[in-house]
Formats: sequence, structure tokens, C-alpha cells
Amino acid sequence: MTEKPLLKIDNLKQYFPIKGGFLGRTVNHVKAVDDISFAIGKGETVSVVGESGCGKSTTGRAILRLDEPTAGKVEFEGKDVLGMSAKEMRRMRSEMQIIFQDPYASLNPRKTVRQTLNEAMEIQNVVPKKERNARIVELMETVGLQKHQIDRFPHEFSGGQRQRVGIARALSVNPKLIICDEAVSALDVSIQAQVLNLLKRLQREMGLTYLFIAHDLGVVRHISDRIIVMYLGKIVEMGETKSIFENPQHPYTKALLSAIPVPNPKKKAERIFLRGDVPSPIDPPTGCRFHTRCPFATDKCRTEVPLLEEKDEIYKDKHSVACHYALDIQQGKHKPKYNMTDVRKNLDEEGMDNKSKEKQLENA
Amino acid sequence: MSENILDIKDLRTSFFIEGNEVKAVDGVTFQVPEGKTLGIVGESGSGKSITALSILQLIERPGKIVGGSINFKGEELTESKNSRMRDIRGNEISMIFQEPMTSLNPVYTIGQQMRESYKIHQGLGKKEGTKRAIEMLELVGIPSPAKRVDQYPYELSGGMRQRVMIAMALACRPELLIADEPTTALDVTIQAQILELIKELQNEIGMSVIMITHDLGVVAETCDYVAVMYCGKVVEYADVETLFENPKHPYTVGLLNSLPRHDIDQDELIPIKGNVPAPDEMPTGCRFAPRCPHASDICSKLPGLETQEDGNDVRCWIYTEEWDGEKGVAVYDRETTT
Repeated sequence: MTEKPLLKIDNLKQYFPIKGGFLGRTVNHVKAVDDISFAIGKGETVSVVGESGCGKSTTGRAILRLDEPTAGKVEFEGKDVLGMSAKEMRRMRSEMQIIFQDPYASLNPRKTVRQTLNEAMEIQNVVPKKERNARIVELMETVGLQKHQIDRFPHEFSGGQRQRVGIARALSVNPKLIICDEAVSALDVSIQAQVLNLLKRLQREMGLTYLFIAHDLGVVRHISDRIIVMYLGKIVEMGETKSIFENPQHPYTKALLSAIPVPNPKKKAERIFLRGDVPSPIDPPTGCRFHTRCPFATDKCRTEVPLLEEKDEIYKDKHSVACHYALDIQQGKHKPKYNMTDVRKNLDEEGMDNKSKEKQLENA
Repeated sequence: MSENILDIKDLRTSFFIEGNEVKAVDGVTFQVPEGKTLGIVGESGSGKSITALSILQLIERPGKIVGGSINFKGEELTESKNSRMRDIRGNEISMIFQEPMTSLNPVYTIGQQMRESYKIHQGLGKKEGTKRAIEMLELVGIPSPAKRVDQYPYELSGGMRQRVMIAMALACRPELLIADEPTTALDVTIQAQILELIKELQNEIGMSVIMITHDLGVVAETCDYVAVMYCGKVVEYADVETLFENPKHPYTVGLLNSLPRHDIDQDELIPIKGNVPAPDEMPTGCRFAPRCPHASDICSKLPGLETQEDGNDVRCWIYTEEWDGEKGVAVYDRETTT
């Protein structure tokens, strides 16, 4: 990482209120992102991974203030983003752009590509009016679309081409940071590879910085320099890509990596099955949020929140993990309480959260 | 090779829209050996799901099966009466769909939906049906099945719903299960649970499985044989190890080369150039020729699905005597480090 990060997030929290009851008062909060901190250096690609509901997309949206964060600090090139006025923020957004998952939903169906790209440049006023047409042609070439397609509407493009239009729109205002929120997830693998190669080439040529939000760990390994693993609104592990994939420390990261099917029929993965489902973010488990599904959990895990720390001597400065027992597990001093390789046995023994649900059912 | 439970020959299913014929399935041929798992892979629009629906005779207008044969245990399904098909569906051949929320009825409890299948196929009453439903839910690893059986689909999580779908599909112990992208909507940790579950149940019940997916990882882990589809045709049919070690069709190679892997380091992905042709711009020769790096003059004619020396089938001129391009072209030259 470079000395001064491009983007710095400190203690970011994003709680969504749940309205209900009499007079529609706020009865509770969904703690989508709960106190996370990280930094991204210039020219780096950092990926946020995790399962649905872990808060990865919310993090991306909070950074751009598409949803106003509840608390915390977002610094971009040393400037405090959350303290900006609406006007300053609009200008700021030319430096930070986002590409969404669904290219069908994120383009206006009634605007041609030319109008879409023109609008972005007009709002940000980054290119003089006279030069805009030339710039649009240039952008189309950059993302690999044909000149004659400029006056076409989104429905005339295939999914991969639409995603290229989305990328062209993000690039049109000369951003420094692009947040890619599941930008390639909806694409077929042959098209996905085209778009991934395009993103990599643009990074080389323009020195872009990416915050990549994805659930496909193959894509993530391919594109990232560093990886952040999230679970229920918290960062459980953060480190360099190679280190995360080859030496995962957190029991959740290990289970997540072991769960991906390997495209090699001769190599059967030693699989760790997690019991139950992800608990609700409205009332997350106390202590370590993963303790309800973790075979290594102890009383300490149920009460004390583990901090994100560098634990492994070899990977110091490169790899941090939020687990009380990361080192002990690695050295074999702390053993799992049950066998994690039998899928149905683990399902029968329920996690804590399921049990409390059953109790509620009995009472009702 | 063991007996084939399902033998499909030259199946053609078309959709007739505004006087045009769109050939969604265009001469598909494959076999499902008894007790084994056949994977059907291909990208969106390759005709994998339509093939599955054709097997169960679930194609609705404007779609129509226009040719070919579907032989299930010696019985020709394309000529079967509707009443016979109703006996087969959910009883001898079952299907699980991608989106469990849209394929479960939201206004009936899990138990009510499961009892229906027992009532129709086995004539069981309410009490007996509920008992069997609870047994089945237990089999797929749903905690406290006696309570879950009276719950509605919205009360269950995504993984749990897909387990209910599997329980329903397996209720009558089918001989063939068609799983259409059963885990695509699920998170990887839940996907791992569901795939393992299908595999275990397959061994217990002794059924055959058709696994339709776009995920080559899922194919490698669960399938014995694989049919690769492109534009309504099978371009390669092989056992799973050969397919991954020695893929022959340039499209299969293209898929493997564009796949970002989580288990090994890769410098660069090699994508397939261009896009899948639109139905009205379908090439008359080899469907893949416009995107194929090896395409030659002869590719303007349609190659047949020819059996190779190793017993696997491939639809490509390169592997025929008529090939007029570069001799001995290395279609797959990537190192597969393990």
C-alpha cells in the first residue's frame, strides 16, 4: 500500500431503521454495516467479499453517500467526504464512480448511449461542450464498442455490451476511484472474462483504483491486490490476495473458501460445512458474530468482540483477522467441537439462533 | 457403460413467434446412464432449460417439440399421452428449479404442497401423507420437521426453501431428477450443503440426475458425464475427467480459458471473442465458427456430432478427415496446474 491512502474508511456504521408498531415509530435497526475501517491505496484493487446480507454493497453505497451513513468517517485524498455539502458532494462524485450489477436496470431505456454519456459529462462539466462528441467516440473505443452504436438505445445491446456502456459512463467523468458493485456477476463466463480484462487494462492505462464488491471468489482472486472478508456487517479478515487464499485464518473464511466448487474433477475439496443460516442483522449474536456457526466457539467468543488484528508473525502487516483463537487454531492447540465435514449431521444439531426461533414458536 | 435411463436423439424444440421459427433446441442428442449424473453446461440462451422442459413435455405454445425422440426406460415420451405424462412427472421424473420462492406456492403450507404429490401418485390420505412429508423433510436435513411442515414458504430461508423443493421432488423416489440451476440463487456455503445433499440422496435412492448449470465448478464436483451446449446444439459430450483435462471443442476450451479460478493463480483470462449470435442471425454452418479462433472454410458447413477414439463425442471439423485448416492445431494448450 502507498503511504497516503486514496480512500480511508474509519468506524463506518450504517444502520437502517425498522418502522413499525403504533405511529410507525422506529422499533429497531438493521445493522447492515457495523463499525468497519479500512484504507485503499492509489492504483490498488481491493475486493470486499461475503455472502448476501454481509453488508458489502451497503459499504460501497455508504462511501458514495448514496445512503447516508449513520456514523464514521470517509476520507478521499484527505478530504472528509461525509462533511461535504450536497453541491460539494456532487463535484466529488466525478472522482468516485460506481458500476452496478444489473446493466439492464442502471441505464435509462429512453436515452441513447450518446445521451447517457453526454448527461454525465454535462452534470460534472469535466469536458468542454465542443469536445464532448469526440470524447464520446473515444470512450466507446476504450470500452470496445463500435462507433456506429453510439446512437443506439440500451435494449439494442447484449448484457456484456450494456455493462461496457456502464463502464464508459463511469469513465466519462475521469474518476480516480471506481466502485464495482457485482459488476460482472450477471454476465456469462465468456463475456465476464472480456469485461474483467477490460477493467484490468483500464487500470493499467489510467491508474484507476477499484473497490470491487463481489461474491464470486474466482473473479476476486483474479482481479484483487487485497481482500476484505465481511460477515454480518463486520470485517472478519483482511489481507493480501495470495495470503487470504493460501493461508486463511478465520474459520469463516476457511469455510467460505472450502465451499467453492473447484473446476477440476480430480481435486475434490475437503469441505467444511457451516451449520444453519446467517443470523438476522437486526439482532446479531453477541461477541463474535460468527460464534453461532463456528465449531471452535467458546464462552469467550459469545461475550467478547474480537478485534481485527495482525496475528500471524509471517504475515505481519499484510494480513489481519478478527478471531480470538486464530493462532491457536493454526497451531492445532484449539480443536473444533464437532466434525465439520458431514452435511446432514451438522444440520440436525442446530445453531443457537435456530433454537431461539424454535422457542419463540413454542411460546406462540 | 451401464444402461441408459434416458436416451435423447436429435431433439428439436422451436418457438413460433410472429411467423418466425426460433430453434431453441436444434438437434440435441445425449444419454443419461443409469445411476449417474449428467451435467448440461452452456451459457444463457444455449437451450439447456428448454431441453429439460422438453423431456417433461412442459413446452407451452408458442413453443413446440418439432422432432426427435426422448426415450425414457424404453418408453417414447414424445408420443406419450397427457395422462401418462402426469403419472411420470413428479413420480418417475422430478424437477427442481432455480428459484425456490417462485416454484413454491406461497399460500399453502409446506405440508399441504407435499401431500398433494403423495395423494396424486400414491393415493395417500392426509394423515399418512403428513407422516411421509415429515420423513422426507428430515431426510433433507430440515431441523424440527414436524413444525416446519405446517409453515409457509415465506417463513423459511433461501437454503431451507431449496431443501423443501428437493424434499418435494424426491417425495415419490423418482428414477430421474432434473435439477435446473438448483444452486445459482444461493450463497456458496449454502450451495455446498445443497450439492452434497443431492449427491448423498442420489446414492441412497439410486436415482439418475441431470444437472443443468453454467458453473463449471459445479460440473466438476457433481457430474459423471457432461454435455456442452451452444446455440441449441450439443458441441461436446464426454466423461467429466476428459472434458476438463482434454477438452476438444474450441467452445469448451474457450469456456475453460475464460473462467477465473479461485484455486490457482492465473496471469490473464482468454475470453471468447464476440457474442452469442442472435436467433435471426444464426450461422448456417458451425454455430461457433464466427467466434472460433481456428475457423476455416469448411466451417461454413455444419459438422456432425462424431464419436472420437476415446468414446467421447465432439461436433467440430478439426477432428474429421475433411478438416482443411491447420493440421494438428493445439486447441487446448493451457497448463492445468494443480
